[in-house]
Amino acid sequence: MKEEKVVINNKVGLHARPASLFVQAAGKYSSDIKVSCQDPESKEMREANAKSILGVLTLGVFQGMSINIKAEGDDEEDAVQTLVDLVKDNFGEE
Amino acid sequence: MKKVTGIPASRGISIGPVFQFVRQELVIDKEFSENPEQEFQRLETALQTAKKQLEVIYQKALGESSDADAEIFQAHIMILADPELLAEVKNKIECQKKTAESAMEEVCQAFSNMMAAMQDEYFAARATDIKDVGDRVLRILLGIAESPTKDLKEPAIIVADDLTPSDTVLLDKSLVVGFCTARGSATSHTAILARGLGIPAVAGTGAKLLKVSNQTKLILDGTKGEVLIDPSDKEIEDYKKRIASAEKIMAASLKDANNPAVTKDGKQFEIVANIGNVDGAKSAVEFGAEGVGLLRTEFLYLERAGLPTEEEQYQTYRAILDVFGEMPVILRTLDVGGDKEIPYMGLEMEGNPFLGQRALRLCLVRSDIFKPQLRAALRAGMDRNLKIMFPMVATAQEVRDARKILEECQQELKQEGKPFADDIEIGIMVEIPSAALVADQLAKEVDFFSIGTNDLSQYTMAADRTNPKVAHLSNAFYPAVLRLVREVIRAAHAEGKWVGMCGELAGEPLAAPILVGMGLDEFSMSPPMIPLIKQIIRNLDTEAMKSLAEEALMIESLDDIQKYVKSKIPLIAEITG
Repeated sequence: MKEEKVVINNKVGLHARPASLFVQAAGKYSSDIKVSCQDPESKEMREANAKSILGVLTLGVFQGMSINIKAEGDDEEDAVQTLVDLVKDNFGEE
Repeated sequence: MKKVTGIPASRGISIGPVFQFVRQELVIDKEFSENPEQEFQRLETALQTAKKQLEVIYQKALGESSDADAEIFQAHIMILADPELLAEVKNKIECQKKTAESAMEEVCQAFSNMMAAMQDEYFAARATDIKDVGDRVLRILLGIAESPTKDLKEPAIIVADDLTPSDTVLLDKSLVVGFCTARGSATSHTAILARGLGIPAVAGTGAKLLKVSNQTKLILDGTKGEVLIDPSDKEIEDYKKRIASAEKIMAASLKDANNPAVTKDGKQFEIVANIGNVDGAKSAVEFGAEGVGLLRTEFLYLERAGLPTEEEQYQTYRAILDVFGEMPVILRTLDVGGDKEIPYMGLEMEGNPFLGQRALRLCLVRSDIFKPQLRAALRAGMDRNLKIMFPMVATAQEVRDARKILEECQQELKQEGKPFADDIEIGIMVEIPSAALVADQLAKEVDFFSIGTNDLSQYTMAADRTNPKVAHLSNAFYPAVLRLVREVIRAAHAEGKWVGMCGELAGEPLAAPILVGMGLDEFSMSPPMIPLIKQIIRNLDTEAMKSLAEEALMIESLDDIQKYVKSKIPLIAEITG
């Protein structure tokens, strides 16, 4: 299992186009990939399937929040690296 | 014969039979199945068909709509393949013995409700997306046609309650001669599409038209916002003559589109465009625009989850300014208020958003919105002919406050060592009656005015132009509005400042002689109107128009003013019928 934390810095958070790019990137890997974050109000951890656009959207990740990306499978290293890079690169914005 | 009045949504006249656009209701008659394997198979086939349909729509949308429209369908394709959604559908088929259609319907409804419950415009739009995708799969499973327009085989006027983006993408535009919607306004999706395609459209006619049977003849006048139901042969003949002569004049004016608008006595008027994005900029140049009199910037802020960054705005403004080179481009700062759905701005709902904290009023208290826009504009204006104008000004103090913030931005940019335009003309929109009445005072604070006749009419006449019941009153041809226009031009000229106009009136053939007579310096309009207005101005004499304008402003009714102009200028009578 491979796991890494990363902060969402782009303006819109994990919504709209960034969310689509994230899910599309996750879909390229065979590993089981989960993304989780802490609810800013209740402090509970929420988790979603990184390959599900509906799951990722309903996580409600906004600018400044940190997410945890966890992958399990043959290509887990590559999968986490690609998704973390995508976030760090602000989804190619600017 | 009956006449129905709506809101003019796209210019032009068309005559044709009615095609009622009615969506078939999706009724699921079989809820359970004892054969899950068969249901899995049906679901799988339906999903594949739906994916193919969406790919076709996506490609079509890329070719004929905006990228933002096309992206909606890419989102649909992703929802269709969503593993969480499909797992639940399969679970229902397997464990609850549901049919594919009833499982799909229930799951989509549940996800859609979840999104809608987040009480946020962005998620509400996603709720609609999920429902659209679910309905698409259901139609396939139930054997219902993808679009009601598959039966559209000959040219017709599409009559509908309202149309969604996927409805309009699927339409065979070569068979559509007009759009008529019961709901909607001049800014709804259908209206914008119709204007882009140059197809006449009337919106907001009310439900009466939905009861007219298929094949009934209609005359649709998108310029006046009128629909004649089952007209007589004579009426059809009259309209056909009008269409033919208007087309002839249009063709002639297109040939001269790139030449200036110089009157018979040698006075040149500046003819520029109203645009709202980079595509509009390119089309404006093709229609012979000599610059931009109104660059709307709202498009940068709508349908997204956060404010556009300074850098993003800079890139967009720069791309537009590059299209125009040395030609002037007037950028209007953000014009939004409580009526716009921009959830991330946290705008409060207001009882009367058109009289609320909108446009400059909002920007003056929200420097987090205002400053990045001004900084981006100043940077983009470097070595270009950029002018900035502020919308919704009521008092001179507001202009001074806005200029102060603009100067702060210039100071900041200077300190940061970033190149920017430091010597640009600053103007305001004159669209509130109070501004028109103290135009002499405001003229001392600015370099130019641009008269926004749409808002000036609705504020002067106290008539909401989006309300079909009173929209007819919100018309700039009422002498009350025309007189304000005349006073604004006089006051500005007395201070040596120039005046433009970016409301609908500037692109209205019937108004051109009056505005020339009043001495308006710059006319800004939607690009397709440019060739025609230039052609009209070439046929006028400024001295004669001065007395025409004075005469016209003494007339009491709007109809009589228009009749008077037609009687004096035969060319305009020919164009407008």
